Amino acid sequence: MHDDVLIAAQNLGYQLPVCKRMKNAARWILRDLSFTLERGALCAVLGPNGVGKSTLLRMLAGMQTAGAGQVIRRGRVGYVPQAVHPALPLSALEMTLLGRAGNTALFGAPKKQDYDAARAALARVEAAHLAARPFSMLSGGERQLVLMARALAAEADILILDEPTAALDWHNQALIMRLLQDLAAEGVTVITSTHAPQHAFEFASHALLLFDADHFAFGAPAGVMDEAALSRLFHLPVRRVPLPEHAGEKMAAIPIFSMLHAQPQTQPV
Amino acid sequence: MNTALLTLPAAASARNTTNNENRKIWTSTWILAALLLLALIAGLTLGRYLIAPTRVLEILFSGSGFDTRDPEAAMAARVIESVRLPRVLLAALIGAGLAAAGAALQSLFRNPLAEPQLLGVSSGAAFGGVLAMLLVGDGQPLVIGALVFGMLALAAVFWLAGGKAATAGSGTVLLVLAGIVVSGVFAAGVSLIKLVADPQNQLPAIVFWLMGSLATADRDRLLLALPCVGVGLIALYGLRFQLLALSLGEEDARGLGVKVALARALTLIAVGLITAASVAVCGIVGWVGLVAPHLIRMSFGADHRNFLLNVMLGGAAYLVLVDTFARAATAEEIPLGVLTALLGAPLFAFLVRRIGHGLEC
Repeated sequence: MHDDVLIAAQNLGYQLPVCKRMKNAARWILRDLSFTLERGALCAVLGPNGVGKSTLLRMLAGMQTAGAGQVIRRGRVGYVPQAVHPALPLSALEMTLLGRAGNTALFGAPKKQDYDAARAALARVEAAHLAARPFSMLSGGERQLVLMARALAAEADILILDEPTAALDWHNQALIMRLLQDLAAEGVTVITSTHAPQHAFEFASHALLLFDADHFAFGAPAGVMDEAALSRLFHLPVRRVPLPEHAGEKMAAIPIFSMLHAQPQTQPV
Repeated sequence: MNTALLTLPAAASARNTTNNENRKIWTSTWILAALLLLALIAGLTLGRYLIAPTRVLEILFSGSGFDTRDPEAAMAARVIESVRLPRVLLAALIGAGLAAAGAALQSLFRNPLAEPQLLGVSSGAAFGGVLAMLLVGDGQPLVIGALVFGMLALAAVFWLAGGKAATAGSGTVLLVLAGIVVSGVFAAGVSLIKLVADPQNQLPAIVFWLMGSLATADRDRLLLALPCVGVGLIALYGLRFQLLALSLGEEDARGLGVKVALARALTLIAVGLITAASVAVCGIVGWVGLVAPHLIRMSFGADHRNFLLNVMLGGAAYLVLVDTFARAATAEEIPLGVLTALLGAPLFAFLVRRIGHGLEC
């Protein structure tokens, strides 16, 4: 395999466990998924609710064992969950510091270099001023920044984020996505799930569309995310409009919500 | 770039405040250490038989080479060395242990109401103690019976929670449920033994012991509790950063690379050792593990660099003071367990009002 490949999925699959009482058959929620991301790529994962985005991200992060196929990782993975609910009153700095927990000895405490790494990580997401604030008092956008800092404090080469922009306003969405783009430019490989095609168009180098368990599309956002693909993805007619102020490939995707049933639900591939 | 997320940038003053902050944080530890020292001296001084603090220090530092020709000095020395010193030291040890165990369980179970009795170990130890009283007798057999059955209860909790508890996402819930089961079974066992015990001699002894008291503290019990509680305290102190990570929840902690099952098992073994040893030497003393961590957090904030150390010092000082009060305040000694509940419950009620605000931040 090529040396610059940081993370790759090979024929990855996941099967929901069989529940005997419900008498259901084992169901694949992902099957035969393969893609390859190089260093510095920013991949947006799009798909309808329940298609298995989170499962895929957790398999990529190594938090869930793959049902089939394998994940190849070259580097340390940092996983950023959608939300964390600390039971103790932690400061933002302490939360960031916990990114170092995996590298700390079982009977050890963080040392000065760990504090330095945590402060540097907070500074890198431009959240140094939040260090002393209680984590649970932060706004949604600030929490997301701190959680990203926590992943960076672990010196992650691959950053995997589960809908980091969920429940954020447009401005904060732009801040998070811009930050991910900056990190990618610095050589971090980023995989993030999102429900906004616009994020993929404006910031991502790759898009992974999950239509259903067996069908997916992977490639450059502008190429892969045409109107047909987006309409199929969201089960809604979607129009794609070029943005005049971005001479070139920047696009806007506009869903036509009122035409909910105008689009045929399934199309042959 | 993120002007909106930026509040007033305090970057310039941040470096200056870091050093001050550090000093402020460790000040709380020094205050608590001084408080513990004062509590120990008060415990040695006060009692049915008052001994002046200067005399106490004299006796402590002169060793056993005191003047035996002065009968009053000899008496004071004997009281200090064979009665009060083991007792205050044991109170400090048990107080530190129970407080740290409570703080650890509150972290582990992500619940501010967790306390050492939750695990079922104290019920098991209580059963072992009264069984030994019934079959063999008071004293050494009781202590050993309590220790053995306390550890058996912990093993039963692990066994009931099953191998899955190590890997399943709901491992801590299984452990709590198993703790409730074990606790219930042993509590029923204790009732059964009370029923068959001789109501003239055994039953009062059993009831009094279950109330919790340090009245029987002596050098032997101190030396027996010291290794168990000591190992537990050292283990919990070592695990303090892992405990902080575990307070985020199993799933997130695992994502951070924490060895959840191992850290959790070590924590529970340490808590079990402390709880079993404390029941063995002084019966069931409740509320310390619940009150001390919250009291520390309310008084000194929640910096987790020295939080567990503060909890240990605070718990030790608290139990020494309460035990001193228990034996010095009235002619008839009040059982320690009764007093910790009597003091702990209203204190906790007061804290609950503030925790109500605190939990939101």
